[in-house]
Amino acid sequence: MALADHKLMEEVGFRMSEATAGDFFALLKPRVMSLVVFTAFVGLVAAPVAVNPLLAMIAILAIAIGAGASGALNMWYDADIDAVMTRTAGRPVPAGRVTPGEALSFGLVLSVLSVMTLGVLVNWLSAALLAFTIFFYAVVYTMWLKRWTPQNIVIGGAAGAIPPVIGWAAVTGSVSLESLILFLIIFLWTPPHFWALALFKSDDYARAGIPMMPNVAGPASTRRQIFAYALILAPVGVLPWVLGYTTAAYGAVSAVLGAGFVWYAWKVLGMADDDRAMKPAKALFGYSLLYLFAIFAAYLVDSIVGRALLTGGA
Amino acid sequence: MIVADKNLELVTLTERQRKARRNRSVAIGVALAALVIIFYVATIVKFGHNASGLTPTNLM
Repeated sequence: MALADHKLMEEVGFRMSEATAGDFFALLKPRVMSLVVFTAFVGLVAAPVAVNPLLAMIAILAIAIGAGASGALNMWYDADIDAVMTRTAGRPVPAGRVTPGEALSFGLVLSVLSVMTLGVLVNWLSAALLAFTIFFYAVVYTMWLKRWTPQNIVIGGAAGAIPPVIGWAAVTGSVSLESLILFLIIFLWTPPHFWALALFKSDDYARAGIPMMPNVAGPASTRRQIFAYALILAPVGVLPWVLGYTTAAYGAVSAVLGAGFVWYAWKVLGMADDDRAMKPAKALFGYSLLYLFAIFAAYLVDSIVGRALLTGGA
Repeated sequence: MIVADKNLELVTLTERQRKARRNRSVAIGVALAALVIIFYVATIVKFGHNASGLTPTNLM
């Protein structure tokens, strides 16, 4: 029994929460967070400086919580449009399991906590980058770009691309060209990934009034732009080998993965306007997830093996 | 001693609300305990060597 006046609570619109810890965890967008954790980890391991494993774990945890916090702020702000989209209607806020106020408080507290933890225990450059990422995703992307321009995910994609730079900065205390190339790979990967989704979910986005590329420029233009981004992404994926950061093994794997990306994008380019099933777009969406995971996994393995060979040969 | 007003209408939590509150309480407890451990261990790892140098002579 709670010591609270029932009538007073009704007057101020208060209700006892039924949200569980799982609902709050869902606010962190765990699937997006897993990608952030993985790419940040690759940036951290690829950095040419030895780091205490415990501090590395804390850095990854803080980056994950920071990314999750920006997800919670996104769900707080976007609850109105999430409610009308089939893909997002089941999220905790539009489903009524978590109140908007709870989501906002949760996001703000975790934002401050993650940035301060990273700053105090690791270094302030990585903390500043994490703070910028949260701000960019929650304010620049969610509150401004998303509902205003079809370039929303192109520019907003920068927020999702920064984690390897933060991981690198957590270890070295600096930002390098190598970490910026990892940023560039994710940055160029984002538009074809999301536009493939937007092609077969265009009704959803139209209902929510979000100006995604297929709804603004049309499916044909979107398909051409997807292919153009694929043509740029494929060689950029190989760039770390070209610049001598990795072995030829990574170069070969990234070239094959890039060729696969172009192939799937080519199939999307050839899709008919009246194709309702949109299998090529769905296939590209699935492959793009595999591509990003595989290319970063290849980079990770190459970094570890390359360093071991260097140490062994020295 | 403060005595609750017997005429005051109190909120009775439903079973679902009680379970959700318990679930949240456990999660908050675990999270705070983890935070304490993280800061405690990280402080030792990061400042352990410096801390050992804090002899009375150095502090003066």
